[in-house]
Amino acid sequence: MTTTSPITGARPDASDPAAAEPPVRHRRAYSRTRVGPLTYVAMTVISLIFILPLLWMLLTTFKTESDARSIPIRVMPSEWTLRAYRLIFDDAANPVYTWLINSLVVSVLHMLLTVVVAAMAAYALSRMRFRGRNLLFGTLIATLFMPGFIFFMPNYLTMSKLGWLDSYWALVVPGAAGAFGVFFLRQFFLAIPRELEESALIDGANSWTIFTRIMLPLSKPALVTLAVLSFLGAWNDFVWPVFVLFSPDKMTLAPGLATLYGAYTTDYPVVMAGATLAAVPVLILYVVVQRYVIEGVANSGLKG
Amino acid sequence: MSGRITGLAGTGRSPLRHHHPVTPYLFVAPYVVLLLAFLVGPAVFGVWMSLHNWDFMLPGKPWVGLQNYRDLFDSSSVLFHPFWNGMKNTFLFVLISVPFLVTIPLGLALLLNRKFRGRTFFRAVVFTPFVLGVAVVGLIFGYLFDPEVGLVNGILDGVGLPKVSWLSTQPQAWITITVMTIWWTIGFNAVIFLAGLQGLSQQLYEAAELDGAGRWSQFRHVTMPGLRNVFLFVVTTTILASANLFGQPYILTKGGPGDSTTTAIMAMTNEGLRGFRMGSAAAMSYVLALALAIISVANFLIMRERKPS
Repeated sequence: MTTTSPITGARPDASDPAAAEPPVRHRRAYSRTRVGPLTYVAMTVISLIFILPLLWMLLTTFKTESDARSIPIRVMPSEWTLRAYRLIFDDAANPVYTWLINSLVVSVLHMLLTVVVAAMAAYALSRMRFRGRNLLFGTLIATLFMPGFIFFMPNYLTMSKLGWLDSYWALVVPGAAGAFGVFFLRQFFLAIPRELEESALIDGANSWTIFTRIMLPLSKPALVTLAVLSFLGAWNDFVWPVFVLFSPDKMTLAPGLATLYGAYTTDYPVVMAGATLAAVPVLILYVVVQRYVIEGVANSGLKG
Repeated sequence: MSGRITGLAGTGRSPLRHHHPVTPYLFVAPYVVLLLAFLVGPAVFGVWMSLHNWDFMLPGKPWVGLQNYRDLFDSSSVLFHPFWNGMKNTFLFVLISVPFLVTIPLGLALLLNRKFRGRTFFRAVVFTPFVLGVAVVGLIFGYLFDPEVGLVNGILDGVGLPKVSWLSTQPQAWITITVMTIWWTIGFNAVIFLAGLQGLSQQLYEAAELDGAGRWSQFRHVTMPGLRNVFLFVVTTTILASANLFGQPYILTKGGPGDSTTTAIMAMTNEGLRGFRMGSAAAMSYVLALALAIISVANFLIMRERKPS
């Protein structure tokens, strides 16, 4: 099933899985495919479907309220204005700027915790033999099949007991228990040649040194993939934050935007400005590390 | 575990045991703590909660046995209507959305599997909405489908068609939620299908072509059988994802009109996290989980049965 070993993620051209194929097969693979101008027309139309709503969002943020409500539809603003951005930053009831900072802090902390904890566990699971290893791995796999909502009630109770309700910890910590990261990194670690560790061992390195000096540096693509996926997960998380956060100044962008929508349904430039603030950081991140995100998803599909 | 290494064979020790016996436990300890505290513990404790009248706000949590489960199946109980309304709506959404969420991405993947310049760019574009959260996508579609000032009705108006109240009538509300979901998540399945297509053996296509098989015939007899496992994965994960429907109706329709887009997860969170009756909400979560498990297994069996004839 797997066309690329996890290690090929290290290749610069890995974003294009076809490039990882042997050249001869590569050439043959497409010899039968005639690509006419129709393909380009189709792809352009499809791309517009995906891009136009985002462009519409962005354009609206520079419109006046009446331009955004104009019938017939007015595509370009009659006057370009930053009113919407000024309004959301001044609104004490919807502190969007605070939400933005909260989202950044929560997502970065969640990402760091997830990657560190998963990498350590994945190292032991892929390279060491110990009692309980199979039990741990089996449990971890079993949790992959459990739907997230069965944990809502007990975890809400735990958050309440720990005093984590309405605090960042409720968003940072429980999600880091997810098994995907461990599973994903373990697959990658298994493909790293053992000889590298052996020679380090002979040089007197201990497990921690091997982990930090050999395994982690060699796994950068996998670590980046997991980091990006866990950052996006925390940034976009919606249902859990809606219930565990309630103070306006504690919220992150996702649940905050829902309240913003309720408060400004008639002033779409403001609502779209809020959406833009939540969208732009992840869009920039996505443009920079696009191949890791897509590779990670493709791998999760084939191995999951 | 892949092959053993021979590097240290001379020492007579298994290469897996070059470390202190405690070392592996130190490496897995942080993860095990999280796993027990937030996944394994809760999965077990949730069952315990579901067997009690676990009102979050009250000091006593009396044992009620299977009463919470019985209430879910008792039409005279106050839980009955909200729960089964949520289950029905969730099932309806799965039924409407999954065929689109499987076939459209497959078509996209077939298109993206052709070799042409800018293919990587197009693939990235198709995947873009998926990296945005449901909140952002919900707001965009709330505006696009606004009955008064939205772009969709603006276009309908411009070509002389009547406006549609997209969010406050049925089946328009379901159409809006489904369209938004398709736009938002299509890239995920497309990428999985694309990876599957690229794993297919080219020799089979060449053989089929030599036998005079046309495009459709190649698709039917080579592509489809080759993608069986990918199909199984995509259908199962898409059903599970659609059954988790929450954010789209929460933002777009607030569960309305009436309670026609109130989903099972909404019914559960209303009961447990708004009403704080967490015992009955936990029971709901296990009944929903069981329903999904049955669907997944059935799906697995059906798709396995379909052997190429």
